[in-house]
Amino acid sequence: MINEKLTEVFCRFIHDTSVSLPPDILNALRRNAEYEDGRLQRELYGCIFENLKKAGELDRPVCQDTGALQFFLRAGARFPYLGDVEASIREAVKISTKRIPLRPNVIESFDERNTGDNTGTRAPWIEWEIEPDSACLTAEVYMAGGGCSLPGRAKTLMPLEGYEGMIKFVFDTVTEWGINACPPLLIGVGIGTCAPTAAMLSKRALLRPVGSRNKNPKVSGLEEKMAAGLDSIGIGPLGLTGKRSVLGVHIEYAGHHPAALGVGVSFGCWATRRGKVLIDGNLNVIKASDVF
Amino acid sequence: MKKILKTPITRQAVSELRIGDIIYLSGTAVTGRDEVHRRVVEEGRKPKVSTDGAALLHVGPIVESDKKGGHRIIAAGPTTSYRMERCEREFLEATGIRLIVGKGGMGKKTAEACKALNAVHCVYPGGCGVSAAVAAEILGVEWEDLGMPEAMWILRLDNFGPLIVSIDTLGENLFERNRAVFEAKKEKAAAELSAYVKGLR
Repeated sequence: MINEKLTEVFCRFIHDTSVSLPPDILNALRRNAEYEDGRLQRELYGCIFENLKKAGELDRPVCQDTGALQFFLRAGARFPYLGDVEASIREAVKISTKRIPLRPNVIESFDERNTGDNTGTRAPWIEWEIEPDSACLTAEVYMAGGGCSLPGRAKTLMPLEGYEGMIKFVFDTVTEWGINACPPLLIGVGIGTCAPTAAMLSKRALLRPVGSRNKNPKVSGLEEKMAAGLDSIGIGPLGLTGKRSVLGVHIEYAGHHPAALGVGVSFGCWATRRGKVLIDGNLNVIKASDVF
Repeated sequence: MKKILKTPITRQAVSELRIGDIIYLSGTAVTGRDEVHRRVVEEGRKPKVSTDGAALLHVGPIVESDKKGGHRIIAAGPTTSYRMERCEREFLEATGIRLIVGKGGMGKKTAEACKALNAVHCVYPGGCGVSAAVAAEILGVEWEDLGMPEAMWILRLDNFGPLIVSIDTLGENLFERNRAVFEAKKEKAAAELSAYVKGLR
């Protein structure tokens, strides 16, 4: 059932996510800009920061592609409004599309007609996780733009191809397709048994704050090495060459079958818009920020 | 000094441009993405508005419409041009358009078309949707049944840019050149990392 208070919380949350960048992405962009000393590169970063300033002043979405909306929920097992969450998110997406406004980006598959309100079959996309011993709801929203969804890939490697195969797959995909996806890019890599699990973990990797590291020291070391390796390619802002290619590389993994090594790679553009909100059992917002 | 191109865009004006040049655009432009290309190229339909001398923008804007049929452009950055690679040549032939603005590079077929038809492809900084909208005004719309991002919006642009020339009338292709450099560096970086991950086991 639609809960009005919860719907309003989501409306505010979608608005704030669309008109500005999360602090971790903004910091990473500023840091990357400092490395660039070419005339064109400085001009491009100038355009990026000028656009962010205008979006703030005019209260408009940063980019015209406000994405297909994807929600990642961690619901406390004792959160009292579990049954209202999906309907309220759907309603909030419809209201936000008119109010902000967002670009209507949902084409009903097979009919190939724009629904006009960013909802459709399984749209917005909603993923659930259950948090034991909690009465709160943590919601993350990801505005998946077309340009950075286009290069996403997943495949299942032969185990003998090993992690060398993963490196080749990620580096090939970034160089062939990533350059058109509004670099500098946030790269999410997932490892699992099959293509779909690896793909989903690569998406979840994008939700981690830039600068955070995987808890496994082997993996965190690899995240840093991959970022340095991709930077050495020199893709630069908007693919027009430069000193840096990425905002960061995040890897998430699951144990995998001995006969299959699934690998997925997902991309966030320089204007990665995602947000996180923590709502308590009385539907009050406890925290609303990208980084917690 | 800022180089501002004005519509109608002439053969002469585009043939002076070279890859890497930075220009600005003032005048009339039409938006056209996947579905507009499908209509023009596959279905052979023509928009009512004259595209002669206009620019083509690979753009799907956010537009706010009022009840009186007025339109206000909210955000209007470029979309990935490469999606239109398969039929851009035919689109240029059908419309007489000489200047394309989009995001990221286009391929060999479009580069050959630019050489043969005296056209150029430029990129507007991707993601800068508000800055782009501030430099644009809506004059009209065609094929609105395609939905907001896919409709053909007719725009008046004022100092729209910076636009970086990525394919020129000699058929030179900035992104393909850069890609060759990226490929070579990628091989080296991937080989070093492969040695590293072997040691992780």
